[in-house]
Amino acid sequence: MSDAPVLRMESVRKTFGGSVVLRDVDLEVAPHTVTALIGASGSGKSTLLRCANLLEDIDDGAIWLDGEEITDPRADQDAVRRRIGVVFQAYNLFPHMTVLENITLAPRRVHGVARAEAEERAGELLERLGLGGKAGEYPDRLSGGQQQRVAIVRALAVRPRLLLLDEITAALDPELVGEVLNVVRDLKGEGMTMVLATHEMGFAREVADQVCFLDGGVVLERGTAEQLFGDPQQERTRRFLRRIVEAGRL
Amino acid sequence: MTVTEEESGPEGADDKGAPSTAAAGPDDGYVPSQRRLERERHRRRRARRATAIAALSTLVTAVVLYLVVVGAPGWPRTKETFFNGQYAREAFPKVLEGLWLNVRLLLICGAAVLVLGMLIAVARTLRGPVFFPLRVLAAAYTDFFRGLPLIINLMIVVLGVPALRLQGVTVDPVLLGGTALTLTYSAYVAEVFRAGIESVHPSQRAAARSLGLSNRQALRYVVLPQAVRRQVPPLLNDLVSLQKDTGLVSIGGAIDAVRAADIIVGRSLNYTPYIVAGLVFVALTIPMTRFTDWVTARMDRQRAQGGTT
Repeated sequence: MSDAPVLRMESVRKTFGGSVVLRDVDLEVAPHTVTALIGASGSGKSTLLRCANLLEDIDDGAIWLDGEEITDPRADQDAVRRRIGVVFQAYNLFPHMTVLENITLAPRRVHGVARAEAEERAGELLERLGLGGKAGEYPDRLSGGQQQRVAIVRALAVRPRLLLLDEITAALDPELVGEVLNVVRDLKGEGMTMVLATHEMGFAREVADQVCFLDGGVVLERGTAEQLFGDPQQERTRRFLRRIVEAGRL
Repeated sequence: MTVTEEESGPEGADDKGAPSTAAAGPDDGYVPSQRRLERERHRRRRARRATAIAALSTLVTAVVLYLVVVGAPGWPRTKETFFNGQYAREAFPKVLEGLWLNVRLLLICGAAVLVLGMLIAVARTLRGPVFFPLRVLAAAYTDFFRGLPLIINLMIVVLGVPALRLQGVTVDPVLLGGTALTLTYSAYVAEVFRAGIESVHPSQRAAARSLGLSNRQALRYVVLPQAVRRQVPPLLNDLVSLQKDTGLVSIGGAIDAVRAADIIVGRSLNYTPYIVAGLVFVALTIPMTRFTDWVTARMDRQRAQGGTT
């Protein structure tokens, strides 16, 4: 992991009104690695992802994408977002568009890809994610798992440098979680760089190269999955993991 | 009598529906139990009773209304001045001729209102310091024209503008009346569009922006299509309203359905032509209203099926 990091955050601070949501957060994500953000609800995982994609302005600190500072006020925010794919917890598909239109919107309108070419790539991706026959459907005709896989295809269609996954299985019925996690596994196999916020500890342990435990807006502990789950150093990390184990989630 | 049908409708459908579904149901040798048959008998009895009550109450209401109106001391005079068959026959073709002007006004003003309303609504949602004056202007426009009574707006435009005697500015009461209608209705429709834009969940915009779409592209491809779809019922409602308000251009002297009636009234001092014109407007509005109801119901059904979104 000696390559230059794809994403780097330094001393990032973010507040909402009076409450500090992120405090002095540092993060480095090397190419072709998976970083898992774990921690209780409200610990700042989602905010961290939203800051990385410039959906939220940070109060202090800096963020770099491929060595370019994207929190520089002169940076072209739209251009930055074009290089980052995001998948949301609530899918956020566009309900008035078919699956195919959802996927080809950004390639066609933002990247200027010809319609035929965009649709061909969309078709390939859908096929690969087991959604071959769904191109003409509207999102509300699909199951949650299918919708989330479409959202992943939509994010991948623009060939992003980095993929941010924000608790993408949290809204799914338990029996649908597996099909979505399989997709993430495959993406890791292909070398996609990803940062994911998750409550699926077993999955984080299996797939992540780096795990960060967030607590009260601070990265309290970080390490390989082995270190963090096997031998947590902080008392709070231990307590969090113990609660997860008691809840039968690990 | 339609009331009685609607009243008994759901119940009637219910008790007819149950046995037929049983008949068409799975072929598993099911025989309805005594309990079920008794329940269905009870429902049928209740439905018959509801129908009878509705029919009776409608009849009583109609008779009472008839007696009150016909028994009123001024009825013979009123009947002569408002419901005169001879004047009705004379007025009807003239009113219909005038109505063609109302229909054209509706079509042209309706289109103009949709475009202008959309522009104003979008102007109000623009961000960034450059657009500050535009935002303020759009807000002031809607505030002013929503508050200004249409009739006063019409008088100012239709009577005031020609009085200025400006070179090259029309004095045609139809054009000026149409302009006044467009000015007022654009303000209403802009608010309808704005409500639609604000009703689209912020996460939709976030998803669009995260794909790299600019603010403008997010508005054009993601927010506006959803906003417009949602606002179709209230928009049609405003169009129905515009349709009847086209009758107000008659104050400038344009010969529309109302003015055509007015001319005959002025000559004969019989008010029947007004009744004719009123009924013609109602007849024109009903299909539009039914269409609005149909669209609304269809969209509600779609939303119900939509579930999560």
